[in-house]
Amino acid sequence: MGLLSELWRGLKVTGSTMLKTIGGSGLVTTEYPKEMRHKPQRFHGRHVLNRYPDGMEKCIGCQLCAGACPADCIYVRGKENDPESPVSPGERYGYVYEINMLRCIFCGLCVEACPTEAITMTHLFEMSTTNRQDAIYTRKELLMDESGKVPHMFPDDELADLDELNTADGWLRATAPSGVAAYEGVQMWQGTPGAASWDPEPSQEERDRASEGDDG
Amino acid sequence: MATTPPGNLLMTTVDKAASWARTRSMFPATFGLACCAIEMMVSGTSHYDLARFGMEVFRASPRQADLMIVAGRVSQKMAPVLRQVYDQMPDPKWVISMGACASTGGMFNNYALVQGVDQIVPVDIYVPGCPPGPQSLMHGILSLHDKIMAGEIRN
Repeated sequence: MGLLSELWRGLKVTGSTMLKTIGGSGLVTTEYPKEMRHKPQRFHGRHVLNRYPDGMEKCIGCQLCAGACPADCIYVRGKENDPESPVSPGERYGYVYEINMLRCIFCGLCVEACPTEAITMTHLFEMSTTNRQDAIYTRKELLMDESGKVPHMFPDDELADLDELNTADGWLRATAPSGVAAYEGVQMWQGTPGAASWDPEPSQEERDRASEGDDG
Repeated sequence: MATTPPGNLLMTTVDKAASWARTRSMFPATFGLACCAIEMMVSGTSHYDLARFGMEVFRASPRQADLMIVAGRVSQKMAPVLRQVYDQMPDPKWVISMGACASTGGMFNNYALVQGVDQIVPVDIYVPGCPPGPQSLMHGILSLHDKIMAGEIRN
């Protein structure tokens, strides 16, 4: 008798959970190819090479990202800018920029090492390949185009979600010197990829004024 | 110019049906080696639900499996074991190399680890990430489905 009542108690949980899923309201499954599960804001996904709002490349070919990389997956070669038609504002630009995505451990140290915020990370994670050669991403795949759109590796793939790249908000702010007096009025990182302009860093007085409003 | 018809017309239809059947019930062999295995297990839970692809049973015996997901870093000592498990799987069989370590050795470029599991077994799909999330793994699995559907049956 005791066994039957225990069985009833156990199956009651199973049955009630099963009934909850009827109609789909109690389902927790994210049906991946049709819908994406929400990614955290600072998700470390595929890299992107950024441009300034005027279309110049941010990368100056200094190789600090390659030096910081613990997996040695980045290869950079700088080249002198042509003074007539410079690619980047500095003396040099990243002439060759390759990341081996199969070596990469997505730690974000390249993002922190970059002095010009040229390399950042997106929410893109669909990078499966059938051979190792395809996993080496070059400037062609990494560099955003002049309208601020991030190129997709497989734009014709039915699984590709092209909108996600433009709504992604996974940019690292760990090294942004927010609140330091020396950076007042300096333009800091923007929240989303793209060539749009963004607000400069607010001064301490502005911050105080904003927080006073909160207290009142 | 007349072109040669691609294979037997009847057999191409059978090929397609067989490929479809294969993609709908691929039993993965349990080959979790490191932290990628955690993500592989998460893929089977209700939030991601590999059962939608007919893959919910991670077979403990390679004799009952047709997909090996190499999840984690493969040490030199593990390499012969991995090869043996692969050899014990019945044809047709596929391999997904999951994560940076299994695919290339990742950040562990040293004497202890195999620098890419494709040195031991033929790999069909490489999934980048450290570790790849369940959705990345599922993207790899769906890519493998595409590959199987596009390919011709040989064995």
